[in-house]
Amino acid sequence: MVLGKGASSSLSKKMVDGAEEMVNNNNFTALVVDDDPLIRVLHDMYLRKFGLKAQVVENGKMAVDLFHVGATFNLILMDKEMPVMDGAEATKQLRAMGVNSMIVGVTSRDLSFEKEAFMEAGLDLCFEKPLTPEKISFILQELNKNNNN
Amino acid sequence: MEVGQMQRRLVDYTKSLFMEGFLDGQFSQLQQLQDESNPDFVVEVVSLFFDDSEKLLNDLAIALDQPNVDFKRVDAHVHQLKGSSSSIGAQRVKNACIAFCNFCKQHNIESCLRCLQQVKQEFYLVKNKLETLFRLEQQIVGAGGSIPVMEMGF
Repeated sequence: MVLGKGASSSLSKKMVDGAEEMVNNNNFTALVVDDDPLIRVLHDMYLRKFGLKAQVVENGKMAVDLFHVGATFNLILMDKEMPVMDGAEATKQLRAMGVNSMIVGVTSRDLSFEKEAFMEAGLDLCFEKPLTPEKISFILQELNKNNNN
Repeated sequence: MEVGQMQRRLVDYTKSLFMEGFLDGQFSQLQQLQDESNPDFVVEVVSLFFDDSEKLLNDLAIALDQPNVDFKRVDAHVHQLKGSSSSIGAQRVKNACIAFCNFCKQHNIESCLRCLQQVKQEFYLVKNKLETLFRLEQQIVGAGGSIPVMEMGF
């Protein structure tokens, strides 16, 4: 799935109707999984601006280990290429463990077959970097729909 | 120079960076994330980009200098640089990475080496431009002024 980059003014204008209320009412938690410290800082800030509490880890194994010790998150932003354990393998292991968090792949890979292979690991959505307020609003809308079902 | 002049100079300089393609709308998104509780957010993220990129460029030079070039490794490094440059809005670096990716797929060493030089050139250009931008901002704050908010209209 690819969304257009879109125009940008203020973050509040980018929050689709209902997204802000949904975040305020549900105390959603998120996990950012990325080996790039720049991306971890950026995605953490984006999520905080949208009202989510985020934790960050630097590879897929650390994400899986967190769930093994009982952590839960409503949303996981999963990078594709990481050392130790990549995003596809981490996603497969999390699904095999029965984790039903929303897992959103975030990758610099732009070819559809590369994104499809990542999706097949068990993602709910997959976006090309960079994340934007529009993409995050979309993710939160989908998260809210899943939460209500 | 009085504060108003400095502010106008900053606005004009920032606009030029967008007009010349050094930066795109993603940089504006970064600026919008900065607030009173995170007043140095843009500088922090851009500094991470500088550090990341220098390391990746060094790794790429080493990878391309091997007798048997591991193009998978080269490709991974380029994609990482593409991801971080696009995330901070360094448009020309990102575009140079896109061209680089294509030559990686072709396993063309000579073209990859040319691309590496191009990426390096674009990186050091935007690094220089952003360091100038941050210096202008510091001068304004040092003189007791505030950084003007700019809508870049993307």
